[in-house]
Amino acid sequence: MQVSLTPAAARHVEKSLAKRGSGIGLRLAVKTSGCSGFAYALEFVDVLNPDDQCFETAGTKLIVDAKSLAMLDGTELDFVREGLNEGFKFNNPNAKNSCGCGESFAV
Amino acid sequence: MALLQIAEPGQSAAPHQHRLAAGIDLGTTNSLIASVKSAVAECLPDEYGAMLLPSVVRYLEDGATVVGRAAQEQQAIDPHNTIVSVKRFMGRSLADLKDAAALPYQFKDGPGMVGLHTVAGERSPVQVSAEILNTLRQRAEASLGGSLSGVVITVPAYFDDAQRQATKDAARIAGLNVLRLLNEPTAAAIAYGLDQQAEGTFAVYDLGGGTFDISILKLTQGVFEVLSTGGDSALGGDDFDSAIAAWFCAEHGLNGVAALPPSQQRLLLTAARAAKEKLSNHDSAELCLTLADGQSLAAILSRAQFATLGAPLIARTLSATRRALRDAQLNTALITGVVLVGGSTRMPIARDAVRDYFGLEPLADLDPDQVVAIGAALQANVLAGNGSGDQWLLLDVCPLSLGIETMGGLVEKVIPRNSTLPTVRAQDFTTFKDGQTAMSLHVVQGERESVADCRSLARFELRGLPPAVAGALHIRVSFQIDADGLLSVSAREQSSGIEAHIEVKPSYGLGDEQIASMLQDAIAASQSDMRLRALREAQIDARRLLDATESALAEDGGLLNPTEIDAIHKAMYTVADRLETEAPVEELRLSTNALSAATDAFAARRMNASIQKALAGRAMDSLMP
Repeated sequence: MQVSLTPAAARHVEKSLAKRGSGIGLRLAVKTSGCSGFAYALEFVDVLNPDDQCFETAGTKLIVDAKSLAMLDGTELDFVREGLNEGFKFNNPNAKNSCGCGESFAV
Repeated sequence: MALLQIAEPGQSAAPHQHRLAAGIDLGTTNSLIASVKSAVAECLPDEYGAMLLPSVVRYLEDGATVVGRAAQEQQAIDPHNTIVSVKRFMGRSLADLKDAAALPYQFKDGPGMVGLHTVAGERSPVQVSAEILNTLRQRAEASLGGSLSGVVITVPAYFDDAQRQATKDAARIAGLNVLRLLNEPTAAAIAYGLDQQAEGTFAVYDLGGGTFDISILKLTQGVFEVLSTGGDSALGGDDFDSAIAAWFCAEHGLNGVAALPPSQQRLLLTAARAAKEKLSNHDSAELCLTLADGQSLAAILSRAQFATLGAPLIARTLSATRRALRDAQLNTALITGVVLVGGSTRMPIARDAVRDYFGLEPLADLDPDQVVAIGAALQANVLAGNGSGDQWLLLDVCPLSLGIETMGGLVEKVIPRNSTLPTVRAQDFTTFKDGQTAMSLHVVQGERESVADCRSLARFELRGLPPAVAGALHIRVSFQIDADGLLSVSAREQSSGIEAHIEVKPSYGLGDEQIASMLQDAIAASQSDMRLRALREAQIDARRLLDATESALAEDGGLLNPTEIDAIHKAMYTVADRLETEAPVEELRLSTNALSAATDAFAARRMNASIQKALAGRAMDSLMP
């Protein structure tokens, strides 16, 4: 089981955590909602839950709960710039198809 | 494909649920837009990385517009069609613009607001502002990857209803949904208060490009309360540029800035601004100007000379600061921190003056240009429903008292000055004459006791009142000021439920110089106002007594003998005479007291007579409970 960050994503997570001034890492989660069944969520983490797993890439902690991990195994989180817009993108090998907006997906 | 942002724990929105919101600082000189991304509020840059959008709009012959830096660069070439500092014209009529003659624009006095004549036709300040807002909206939508669900736009604390309404109109034209208008210093306090969790009493000193605002704020446990506001809507960085330009002209024996052709005025002002900015980091700066005849002029301005030039302007900011402190009933010793806002606070002379005045090192951790936009973005995020909502409550104040006219041309204040907004206040009024079926309500703004000395905002009528004796009806007049500072007034007769209502949108606004002078007049005239009020009240009492006596005589005159009637008539004549001749309040009071003494016995007899009438022919039993 593994999730990872690209260097660009790691840099941005570190920058965001520094600006926020607190937090131990970044949570990747999957929620059952959205137009294609599942949706990604990205949150700062202040406290760990018992079923959380911690992955460390380039000094940045990624936190994933057990349920989400099954659907996120092998995912790489990237940070990309598209024109003036910039943000995170999931490269998830488990996703069979995703909706046009990219906010939700199906396995 | 949408790109994701990091959310606060437990707050990541469901897909398609995150609502994009932004805060806009629509400034006189520069405008900015900021948004909360990954739980941090930041200003959004344009494609060249610039945060500040110069608030400059240039109209071209083919109807196209150029906004921002590109327009600013053309300012010197095309001054008539390049509109700068349009914020100063928002909601203003030509009469409000004292310096209109010194500006390179062709103004057209419109109903309520000036129009600007350009090659593309006539444009109102609202349309010009809408161009700026539209440019910011496009920037934000490109940057956030979706359309904005709502924005918070900041306005100077001293903006009146007309100016606020004009700002809202501009946003509507630009296709923006305004969640709220927010006072600029209050936005700055949000930016600082939330980032640093500070508590205490703060002064927000905001010296922007064209406006100066001072606000005294109290921060307790995340709750902001604005204790008072003050300022000068015609004082800012531009005035320092003008002072340098005037000095330059004097140095070279030129006949003032206004005597130069418009394009050279602009060149000189641009050079003056560059020199001012250079002096923030250097000890001297050079200015150059090439005249129409090819002659080249230059002068070197030292920091010390600039301090002398700017001193009167800085002094004006400090006197407004003193007034605001006085309104908050505070002195500098009670201020725990001073926040600097606005690009002009980068000038060392401004910083030094603030430090010396408050005896405190002012706070300037955040970029003074961005503070306001960042605070607005934080509030926009909460209002759009992205944050956890009720973390903080925000209170603004109204700058002048609001009230209605009562008998004798007096003002009854319903909402006192510096009341926190939003607010609803109600007061009961009654009829003055028997059988009165209508009431005219005159809404006024100001601190004086007499209507003539206050500013008239609106008039409306409450009709169809049930006929009743004077004083029997209860008419509740409610004043409501919403969170944007817009006023609505309603009147309701309590027994019949008859209602009338008005939204106050004054045709043009009051400048803060007018506000300041109205306040000064009120203080200076407080003695005579009090005497006037006492006299008017005595006159109203006297008239009411005369009316009552007259109708009593008509009804029950038979209860009196001719001598008694004579005595009452005599007392009535004296009162009427003193009313007629506007006798001093003491004399009038004496005569009304005499009249009421003369009618005491009469009143007692009427009372007995009416009781007898009520009891006549009725058995004792029927009166028992």
